[in-house]
Amino acid sequence: METPNFNYIKQLSGGDLSFENQLLNVIQDEFPKEKETYYNSVEKGETKAIAEIVHKLKHKISILGLEKSYETAILYEESLNEGEFEYQKEFEDILTIMTSFLASL
Amino acid sequence: MNCIIIDDEATSRLVIGQLCSHVDDLNVVEEFSNAIQAIKFLNQNKIDLIFLDIHMPDFTGFDFIQTIKNPPKVVLITSDSNFAIDAFEYECICDYIVKPLLLPRFLKAVQKVTKAIQLENSVAPVASASVATNITSEVVEDTKTNKEEPSSSGNDLYVNIDRRLVKIDIPSIYLIEAKGDYIQIKTDAKNHIVHSTLKKIEEKLPKDLFLKVHRSYVINTKMIIDIEDNSVLIKKDVVPVSRSNRPELMKRLNLL
Repeated sequence: METPNFNYIKQLSGGDLSFENQLLNVIQDEFPKEKETYYNSVEKGETKAIAEIVHKLKHKISILGLEKSYETAILYEESLNEGEFEYQKEFEDILTIMTSFLASL
Repeated sequence: MNCIIIDDEATSRLVIGQLCSHVDDLNVVEEFSNAIQAIKFLNQNKIDLIFLDIHMPDFTGFDFIQTIKNPPKVVLITSDSNFAIDAFEYECICDYIVKPLLLPRFLKAVQKVTKAIQLENSVAPVASASVATNITSEVVEDTKTNKEEPSSSGNDLYVNIDRRLVKIDIPSIYLIEAKGDYIQIKTDAKNHIVHSTLKKIEEKLPKDLFLKVHRSYVINTKMIIDIEDNSVLIKKDVVPVSRSNRPELMKRLNLL
């Protein structure tokens, strides 16, 4: 499975380390809240609400350089918009990987 | 060029701000996590460009554009490519960028905006001076009396949104929420932000259809899906019901 990386962040920062740190801090702050919202919505089975939070999370997936996972998130969001849960496990595995990565920084 | 950023995600705002820092004459004046705050800001400030997210809770980017009459140039920034065609419906939208953002694509969007502004200035210098938005929205007052019951034949409510009288089909309203100096009117088709109060709009709505269930919420009782102890589900909105308003709500129900 893909692992998070700094490729996109480096491209974006153009070597500005202070921006890189700031961005990672914001992600570390926002990601756990969004993840919590995601699991709360899953518990309630509200597919529209889940799709909305997946939509937000997929931006962070792309920022952490997870290109294939980003595609998976798109498929999951589309599935949720049709009231189904295809790719749920794959998506939640991505969240787990992101959680570990962000905790390791 | 002065711009603002409207995006509910702090990460996105930071990324857009970073990209803006690469453009010499682009000045980020303010950032907003929701469109309603931005509307208030635009009432008092002139800006040239908005970087706008589409997916935001309660009030989407498109709702926002429809709320202001003379919007500045807009670049939509979103994770969703499905709205590209809708974007072409709006003259003010110069470009549509799908996240993740990269500098070359971002610069291209800013160039498009610059060209559009230059073109406007060369064609109609007088008109371009009015880029500043001046949003004054309010529920239209009855010129005779506010206390009259709305006539049963009147299914329409006109609200003044930036000097346009926008017609809203009353039965299509399912929820009205107070938001500071504004109210948000939610209908089947779209949401409207209007400078008014719940009290004023209540006077314009048929009392058999609408009920205030909380100090910040008026609901269309015909649109209720279900009721729990202290909340009502209307469409996908969960609305709190205060203890004092609950008896009146229960009276309205055809209980088995």
